[in-house]
Amino acid sequence: MKLSQFLPGQTGIIKEFTDLEMSVKLIEMGCLPGESIVVERLAPLGDPMAITVSGYQLSLRKKEASTIIMQ
Amino acid sequence: MNGDLKVALVGNPNSGKSTLFNVLTGLNQKIGNFPGVTVEKKIGFVKLSDHRNAQITDLPGTYSIYPKSRDERIVMDVLADKNGPDYPELIVFVADASNLKRNLLLFSQVADLKIPIIIALNMMDIARQSGIEIAIDELAQKLGIQVIPISARKQQGIDRLKEAILNSTSIPLQLPSIEVEAIAPELIHKIQDELNIEHPYVALQLAHQHEDMLFLSDEHKKKIQALSQEFDFHSQKSQASETITRYNFINDVLFDTVKMNSDPKQETYSNRIDKILTHRIFGFAIFFAILFLIFQSIFAWSEYPMSLIEQLFMWLTDMGTQILPPGLLADLLIDGVLAGLSGVIIFIPQIAILFAFISILEDTGYMSRVTFMMDKIMRKVGLSGKSIVPLIGGFACAVPSIMSARNIESWKDRMITIMVTPLIACSARLPVYTLLISLVVPDVKLWGLINMQGIVLMSLYVFSIVSAILVALVMKLVIRARERGYFIMELPVYRIPRWNNVLLTMYRSVKAFVFEAGKVIIAVSIILWVLSSFGPSDRFDKIEAKYSSETIKQQFPQDEIDRLQASEKLENSYAGMLGKSIEPAIQPIGFDWKIGIALITSFAAREVFVGTMATIYSVDGDDTHVESVREKMQSARNPDTGLPVFTTAVAFSLMMFYAFAMQCMSTIAVVYRETKSWKWPAIQFVYMTGLAYLASFIVYNLLK
Repeated sequence: MKLSQFLPGQTGIIKEFTDLEMSVKLIEMGCLPGESIVVERLAPLGDPMAITVSGYQLSLRKKEASTIIMQ
Repeated sequence: MNGDLKVALVGNPNSGKSTLFNVLTGLNQKIGNFPGVTVEKKIGFVKLSDHRNAQITDLPGTYSIYPKSRDERIVMDVLADKNGPDYPELIVFVADASNLKRNLLLFSQVADLKIPIIIALNMMDIARQSGIEIAIDELAQKLGIQVIPISARKQQGIDRLKEAILNSTSIPLQLPSIEVEAIAPELIHKIQDELNIEHPYVALQLAHQHEDMLFLSDEHKKKIQALSQEFDFHSQKSQASETITRYNFINDVLFDTVKMNSDPKQETYSNRIDKILTHRIFGFAIFFAILFLIFQSIFAWSEYPMSLIEQLFMWLTDMGTQILPPGLLADLLIDGVLAGLSGVIIFIPQIAILFAFISILEDTGYMSRVTFMMDKIMRKVGLSGKSIVPLIGGFACAVPSIMSARNIESWKDRMITIMVTPLIACSARLPVYTLLISLVVPDVKLWGLINMQGIVLMSLYVFSIVSAILVALVMKLVIRARERGYFIMELPVYRIPRWNNVLLTMYRSVKAFVFEAGKVIIAVSIILWVLSSFGPSDRFDKIEAKYSSETIKQQFPQDEIDRLQASEKLENSYAGMLGKSIEPAIQPIGFDWKIGIALITSFAAREVFVGTMATIYSVDGDDTHVESVREKMQSARNPDTGLPVFTTAVAFSLMMFYAFAMQCMSTIAVVYRETKSWKWPAIQFVYMTGLAYLASFIVYNLLK
């Protein structure tokens, strides 16, 4: 399942990435394989989404979230 | 104060780096630019002991040494250039204790450059509150360096930090983190040999970033390029595996030094605030309410200081006329330099208030929520959520707003933002609009409540947003993207704004505006003064002879004669001749040569229009006498037809012209500096002037 399909309140663990360029940026921001993610909320218009990862909140577009495969 | 030790502050955004910088240096700061780029360089001085001072450079915040935006590129530029003027002798790494893992990624990269480094572990108070326990001595031991717990906001641990800076060694003590050479062994060694580089990680970074490094010669760049190809170096793959290796190292370090006792189920206060502030309905309502409040305040609060500044300059002008011997020098100083200066200084209140608000919104963490909420809409029209800051700022002044577009990572998004920001109705348009509206729109109330003039003014503001969006849409199709745009952004926790930080931001932005934009405005004012006060000498001689004749002196009082003479001189000056020569071109949009002169003189800054109108219609006074200018303009008649010059059609055509035309030297200058080419300001000038002409033509012919 992709992170972009998660609903607010859902939790999961990162498995892998489908896109090298995006993965480099996400890893830098602490989105590592094995790290757990909580989807906190969606922006009022449904995109981007806000997640909690390694102790802080990160916002990313659904398109970017779709490159994260969850366990 | 001189600094005998060069210190650089490095850290993540939102780590409290700037707060620490302000706490350490106070007002002992100077703002400059890094060589070759316009990234703001903040340098400050701090007294460490009785006879030792340090010079502190605040480098832009970044999450990694691999830059994503122009600002971030500076970090590597400074830290990799051993012979550069800004190369530090010591790095103070500011780390957010409540989010140590991500912060240590950048630390481990910077530490591998082998510059002496210490850690200022900031936000210890917050970390403690959220149940994070850090064994500081063990952490220091594992990294091999000094780690000083501080709270920059509460000014705790600052003396210990100063002591640590004082006690730092000139040799790097940090223990090795990952095995850098294993990433690309042959390539790293070759680059080290060829360019005589001591540390392997510096060499690896050159392989990654040589194209953007300002200090590398073209010859070196080519060499590194060739080597990278020879060894089949893949930058992204290498970066990905390096980052993962670094996180493994960090996990090892943190395993027995950091303990999390927090209850993950407990909702943080930030989350609770977000539920309201980014709520589906309340979110936008609150945002627009805040915007409304900001604009109300900008206009309401700046009114009084602006009138004070006006009075001051009127007084200075009076004094100047009295003290200086009349002649060319006095005219140059008063009508050229002083007039130009007042055109700059008058904007200080608005800029200061706007930046105070922007700084509060950023400091509290609200601005990133606005970006979060607006991203989807902005993306539809080819912008990014981050474009919202420059666009809002555009209501005050396009110059600082265009500078604030720097933190937009995607080149295309940034370019479109820069290109459309000057369309937003800035404060310099306000005097022009007010004058023209008062000329043709009756001062009546609709339903006894809503002011008609106010509605027209507001429509012009709304119109500016709509036009910016439409132009952005077109540019989205025209400009080709250089890289994929993305929006991976930290949402920092909500904080109370730091008031001294707000004041410092105000001070800095005002200073930057006065010195950067001010230079251009004054230079152009002087040129325009020359154009409008000189003309072919035979014509000027005739005018002077005419007005010094006895018959004239008997007819009119002296001040009336002076005014008539000034008006006639302007008509025959080089500016006047220019105005007349462009008359055929501007006639289709309803303008005569007098308006033509105003278009030319207000090229420096839009608000000059009002002053020029005053001179042309030989009114005694300047912007402060809008009333009398209006009366004169109202009674102005076309000498051929006898009909009023300023009909509704002409006034609205003029408003359209000022809404679109790039009548601002400072904006052109800042766009040039930000894009480092004349191509973009040229395109901008052409498209804006083209749209201005078109819009004026349509409006004039519809209303005629």
